[in-house]
Amino acid sequence: MTALPTLAPPLSRLAGLLPKPPASVALTLLARRIAARHPEIVSRLGYHAGATFALDPTDLPVVMVLTLPGGVPRIRLQKDDAGTDCRISGKLSALFALVHGAVDGDALFFSRDLVIAGDTAAALALRNAIDNAELDIMEELQHLAPPLARALRPVVALLERQTGVALHRASGVN
Amino acid sequence: MDLTLGPIQFFWEAPRIRDFYARIADEAPVARVVLGELVCSKRLPFWQGEIPVAVERLKAAGKEVWLTSLALVTLKRERQLTEELVDAGVGVEISDLTTLAYLPKGTPFSVSPLINVYNIGTLDWLAERGAKRICLPNELPLASAAKLAAAGAERGVAVEVWGFGRQPLAISGRCYHARLHNRSKDSCQFICNADPDGREVDTLDGERFLAVNGVQTLSAATSFAGGEIGALAAAQVSALRLSPQTGNMVALAREFEAAIAAGKAGPALEAAARAAAPGGQLANGYLRGHAGAEWAPA
Amino acid sequence: MELVCPAGTPAALRAAVEAGAHSVYCGFADETNARNFPGLNFSRPELAEGVAFAHRHGAKVLVAINTFPRAGDEAIWHRAVADAEKAGVDAVILADIGLLAHAAKHHPKLRRNLSVQAAAANADVINFYAREFGVSRVVLPRVLTVAEIAAINRETEVETEVFVFGGLCVMAEGRCSLSSYATGQSPNMNGVCSPASEVEYVQEGAQLAARLGNFTIHRVGASEPAPYPTLCKGCFTSGDETGHIFEDAVSLNATELLPQLKKAGVTALKIEGRQRSRSYVAQVVRSFRAAVDALEAGRPMPTSALAALSEGQASTTGAYAKTWR
Repeated sequence: MTALPTLAPPLSRLAGLLPKPPASVALTLLARRIAARHPEIVSRLGYHAGATFALDPTDLPVVMVLTLPGGVPRIRLQKDDAGTDCRISGKLSALFALVHGAVDGDALFFSRDLVIAGDTAAALALRNAIDNAELDIMEELQHLAPPLARALRPVVALLERQTGVALHRASGVN
Repeated sequence: MDLTLGPIQFFWEAPRIRDFYARIADEAPVARVVLGELVCSKRLPFWQGEIPVAVERLKAAGKEVWLTSLALVTLKRERQLTEELVDAGVGVEISDLTTLAYLPKGTPFSVSPLINVYNIGTLDWLAERGAKRICLPNELPLASAAKLAAAGAERGVAVEVWGFGRQPLAISGRCYHARLHNRSKDSCQFICNADPDGREVDTLDGERFLAVNGVQTLSAATSFAGGEIGALAAAQVSALRLSPQTGNMVALAREFEAAIAAGKAGPALEAAARAAAPGGQLANGYLRGHAGAEWAPA
Repeated sequence: MELVCPAGTPAALRAAVEAGAHSVYCGFADETNARNFPGLNFSRPELAEGVAFAHRHGAKVLVAINTFPRAGDEAIWHRAVADAEKAGVDAVILADIGLLAHAAKHHPKLRRNLSVQAAAANADVINFYAREFGVSRVVLPRVLTVAEIAAINRETEVETEVFVFGGLCVMAEGRCSLSSYATGQSPNMNGVCSPASEVEYVQEGAQLAARLGNFTIHRVGASEPAPYPTLCKGCFTSGDETGHIFEDAVSLNATELLPQLKKAGVTALKIEGRQRSRSYVAQVVRSFRAAVDALEAGRPMPTSALAALSEGQASTTGAYAKTWR
């Protein structure tokens, strides 16, 4: 694994300053859109869909907390992982690469680029379910409401540049 | 329910083996004895001569005798050994399915806990082939053992459960004793004979966890089914298997016999088990459907 | 030689096929297979789609039903075999005698491969399985040297399949209950080894401890690789020795042995890793397919860059070299 880029401090600080409730709403909408287009993510989670997941980008001062009440995702931004069952932490670039299927979760884990704490089985279920979904974040954005997509697209493009992970696939599988 | 003495899993010196079986023949209330080399074919030349002696002695004492096959047969020499076993004139206990390749269909045989008998289909197939006795794999919970024992009873197959001894957990191509001494398996210099109850392997926290015995890995805790004697008898389990350790197996067998007669274990059996268990450490998790290492007092 | 590749998910199946797998193997999302991990494996419709996809691309699908059925619940496993046949799979991979007998009797046209979980380690027992249950292929346990594999192939008509890459069992497969001793769940009964539900990573100051059930399996410093706490790869103490008593945190890489395995008469090469991501599968399959193609064409083998995908980032040729023992 080549070294994963760390988010540049200005961007990281910016993310910390973002108002949390609107960002939570946008992320929740994105997650719901993804879940609606990929129902197999939730079905693959099985009973682990009842877990509370903390996705912790270590180069950002926020933690994304994912829950799936009734199989419908909700994301809220928190300062820390309080009240969660498991935490998957790593640089934002590692988390993005994982969601995007550009890297192997086990390899990231062995190299300590990714750290799992708490309910390991739930974390693995989430990883496997997402890996199977073959997500393309740019494409998912296109399915959001146009104003929201317009608002998020430059952010994602910036992330793409900053993290070095392609968030849009050319074609087929990687 | 009666008692079976399983094969010695460890590398004991020939004189110790001779004394051991003499005492078992004379004093231990076990109905049958399974003997022979289970773990490593390289050990066999050191004590092979004791086998016919022990067989005669045990038979003369009225014990039923079975000869075990090796647990893992790979080499040409091991295949030959296994084939010869079938012609030894004593019933064979299969510990590797290879043995069945040499046993004519219908020849009665016994099945060791190292053979994967987890379900009725497998039990049926083995029974049809000639199995008369099956000692179940250690990791089976009581619920499964009960189903298999009932099926066995219907088909005339005696189903046996591990009653006492360090449990065989794994068999490998690699020799861990040799590895611990920085030797290769081919030049092991038979170092496993230094540990007649196995060599203990602890966790980094110093907990007693496993024991290695050449190519075999055992539990550090001694599995003890004393607390389940009543339930096992009710489930039509026909025998308990006692696996030899260096502790006093005769005293242990006597306490087991008394507990079976009483239909339940008293403190004397557990005391005898602790005395014979290396480090006095017992476990009974498997029968209860838990981690095998767990211990819950009766 | 046929390249047999892992598919933990439909996406991984497609990735493997597109990367050049001749065959993929997979399992149902339940306890009938030995990779019964959270979020993995196939529903019945997913299997049927996977088979259609693979067949369109000229690849085969093998379904592992290689745990040992639970007494009283045999029907679950019987149904798995019937459903695999219905989905049009090219073979089932079985380990249990009772299930083999059932499949031979009720699904005689369904090809039966003998799983590595049966640990059939010599020609006599392999021929016995062929005679009794009509198995066409045996996946050899990872306890044999290349010379022993060659000897087996000289004495049997049954095709042999060997592991060439990925996780490495140190013990004879299907004959190991280390996992259930620590956790209550085993490969044979539950299709899991050292299950994630029993794993806990605990930060202890600068060190990260990995626990399985109630036992510490290893501890690593901040900069060291953190292998998954598979019991036999753990760090333990015996007498004066502390270390990896059973096996180091390495994974198998037999790339350099491919020419010897071919000469030994091996039919198929198996890549372990149904629990790995589709990107891993694609990368490994592509690399091995290039190696196999080069070998068949008599070209020199391409050097592989698979190290970073390996566990603990170190690899071994395992039991294939006699010195491993």
